[in-house]
Amino acid sequence: MAKNEPKPIEALTYEEAFAELERIVAALESGEHPLEESMSLFERGQALTKRCAELLDKAELRVQALVGESLADFKEE
Amino acid sequence: MEQLALFDAAPRWTVSKLTRHLRQLMEADPELQGVWVQGEISNLSRPASGHIYFTLKDPGAALRCVMWKSEAARLRFAPQDGMAVEAHGSIGIYEVSGQYQLYTDSLLPMGEGALYQEFLRLKALLEAEGLFDPDRKRPIPASARRIGIVTSPTGAALRDILNTLRRRMPLAEVTLAPTPVQGEEAPATLVRALQSLNQVVAPEVILLARGGGSIEDLWAFNDERVVRAVSGSHAPVITGVGHETDITLVDFAADLRAPTPTAAAELATAITVLDLRQALIEMAQILEGSMRALFERQRTLLEGFQSSLRFYSPLRAVQTERQRVDELSRRGNAGQAHRLEMTRVRSVGLENRLAALSPLAVLQRGYAVVTKNKQVVVSRVQVQDGDALRVRVRDGEFDARVAGDG
Repeated sequence: MAKNEPKPIEALTYEEAFAELERIVAALESGEHPLEESMSLFERGQALTKRCAELLDKAELRVQALVGESLADFKEE
Repeated sequence: MEQLALFDAAPRWTVSKLTRHLRQLMEADPELQGVWVQGEISNLSRPASGHIYFTLKDPGAALRCVMWKSEAARLRFAPQDGMAVEAHGSIGIYEVSGQYQLYTDSLLPMGEGALYQEFLRLKALLEAEGLFDPDRKRPIPASARRIGIVTSPTGAALRDILNTLRRRMPLAEVTLAPTPVQGEEAPATLVRALQSLNQVVAPEVILLARGGGSIEDLWAFNDERVVRAVSGSHAPVITGVGHETDITLVDFAADLRAPTPTAAAELATAITVLDLRQALIEMAQILEGSMRALFERQRTLLEGFQSSLRFYSPLRAVQTERQRVDELSRRGNAGQAHRLEMTRVRSVGLENRLAALSPLAVLQRGYAVVTKNKQVVVSRVQVQDGDALRVRVRDGEFDARVAGDG
């Protein structure tokens, strides 16, 4: 596991969550971790799966418009 | 008179020979073999053959024209009587009727002819510079998250693009660089929109789009400045300008040309939200599978430890010794009994140390040894709802109760 604290699940983007899920699955499949650690990896994996599914369900296209050199929310007509 | 001498001679020409001569004169004249002529269509007919026959008129004269089926198939509009057009082709004679006519290979609504010439000139120029070279084309990312759009904020093109992106990849973050897409100022603002988009948001891909329109409407997309801005864009550009049949110069400079704005949005989202969902389901299955496999492996390992422990247990030896102690005590051999008692105590110590040794490695890793009535529980069939259990973990033991046997 990484030495620094993992980001809280709810702060992860889809890409980050899915990438971590892939790493966890690879770690579990290697079978090199003690049981206790494997259990917590598995639990985090499940939480990541849930996070990814939520992000997919809730995803809403974000549209902004350039106004000069800055960005503003764009409302469709 | 001189002229009489001519009349004296027998006719040198047949009608056929003369007509052929005239035809050859015309065909030898380069000016007549590539003419652009403007006029108004009249007497248009399109028989079953598919060829088009018409007359081009102006107030002073008329010109017969024919357009063969193969050329007529490429027309981007339906010519009609009364329409002002520009026709390109070669002048020849239809010998059977002695009629000279324009064999038309290209027919455009009035005004478009000049634009088309300009289009060809600019295309040749930019092509020679290498702006359209295939090896300049950059790959389009399969799952871009930051998508830039350069189009009119009020056009149908934007609506089509946003609907398509919303349906295919709602995780995307879209930045619109709004700009007019036709008119005098359009080329300059299109260039600025492309540049600001690259500078401010650095999108992974840019869609340059406009809905359908006449060749004049689309003209900004043939502007040299715009074409250069497309080829100079940091992010790869997908064009979706006009309809299927419209080709503009930005299409040649773009990294990918889409036939419509909707198609451009589709090409920018090769991987859709459905693909992500499928991948997630598969990943979740692998995750659970790997955990099940891990438990299975550990259980097998643990069962191996259990039988080894039982086999090597000093308990049997201790029991044998105990029996001998009892026997000797009965015989009143106190001294011997004492010696054996000491051996028993040592054996029990050994037993404890041994027992602590092997399972310790297992317990340290998070295992618990569960017993019911001193029997190790290795299978769920050994327990029932409500059974009292003893659980041994790394640093001690505690009681537990089965809260359900499902």
